[in-house]
Amino acid sequence: MGLLSSKNKEVLLGPLSTNNPVIVQMLGICSALAVTSKLEPSIVMGISVTAVVAFANVIISLLRNTIPNRIRIIVQLVVVAALVTIVSEVLKAFAYDVNKQLSVFVGLIITNCILMGRLEAFALGNGPWESFLDGIGNGLGYALILVIVGFFRELLGSGTLLGFQVIPQAFYDFGYVNNGLMILPPMALIVIAVIIWVHRSKNKELQEN
Amino acid sequence: MEEYLSTFVRSIFVDNMIFAYYLGMCSFLAVSKNVKTALGLGMAVTFILVCTLPINYMLENYILKEGAMSWLGAEYAGVNLSFLSLIIFIAIIASFTQLVEMVVEKFAPALYASLGIFLPLIAVNCAILGGSLFMQQRAFPNVGVATVYGLGSGIGWMLAIVGMAAIREKLAYSDIPKPLKGLGITFIITGLMGMAFMCFSGLKI
Repeated sequence: MGLLSSKNKEVLLGPLSTNNPVIVQMLGICSALAVTSKLEPSIVMGISVTAVVAFANVIISLLRNTIPNRIRIIVQLVVVAALVTIVSEVLKAFAYDVNKQLSVFVGLIITNCILMGRLEAFALGNGPWESFLDGIGNGLGYALILVIVGFFRELLGSGTLLGFQVIPQAFYDFGYVNNGLMILPPMALIVIAVIIWVHRSKNKELQEN
Repeated sequence: MEEYLSTFVRSIFVDNMIFAYYLGMCSFLAVSKNVKTALGLGMAVTFILVCTLPINYMLENYILKEGAMSWLGAEYAGVNLSFLSLIIFIAIIASFTQLVEMVVEKFAPALYASLGIFLPLIAVNCAILGGSLFMQQRAFPNVGVATVYGLGSGIGWMLAIVGMAAIREKLAYSDIPKPLKGLGITFIITGLMGMAFMCFSGLKI
């Protein structure tokens, strides 16, 4: 099998749309909602989760034949917790402000269902290279949703992107007002619901009856 | 006494795990299809929160925090193990979940059968680890307050999931645009419920 055969391509690209972890598999929703009030933490969170899920997938995939079935959840949690600790220390050292904004949600990557879901569903039954691609794909699918939600919430809620003012002052002079509701938690849910709505009207096979 | 009461009420309404922090959303969305299982899962989550928070509180304050080990002797006063807290917390939670699973399986097989797969999945419920991490962040004054916080968060979570399940049972009869059915409409309802819960956020208790 080549490094990027058609099956591997599907493994890598599927999670970006038709098999997206957040809006189709319903995994990792907690953090997708909580950190997206600004674009920057969304991007950092997306990168962190991608890194953790890719490496956790590789490690578990290498260990998959030696882990006893009964205690596999604890083994998985320990591997993930170790990786998350590394990510959390790196963030504290190099991106302290963002780390402050993310607060407990860096630690909560451990219980992000994407990790457990992919480890259980994919890494336990596939080789390290496929697992790595699967991790990258799912991480990017997750990051994609986070970035879309973060983009709209920051744009409409604060009129900025990555901290820069994008809505010109002239608009405000004419009476345009930032929609403060967008920054508050409930709007994240509604933005995701709209993404799901658009996505499912494009992909009819995903609709529920 | 007042402190216990205010922590309790705050953790149920103001700092509701689901509507204020979105913790435990995955199982909240997946298990809220009927009221009975929702209630069972809510009780299991509350129980694990009440059990693990005091344990993690003790570990945090007597072993992990900077200077926490000074009770062992002056030479340990400078030890700071707080980078280990994530691993320790999740290990406690996972092993406790496994323990509860075994106890329930042995002594209450009927309850075990009705909870099924959700019991082991509690270990990865963000609300549980979230409880421990918030406990670490907020620095509660004593172990009693931490326990009350666990109880309150658990009840708040249970309230939310049972309410959601009740609404979803009724939704089966309503006419929803096809692409919104299922997951989409659930998100919107959670958002609306979250807005309703926001009215508690001004409460000063």
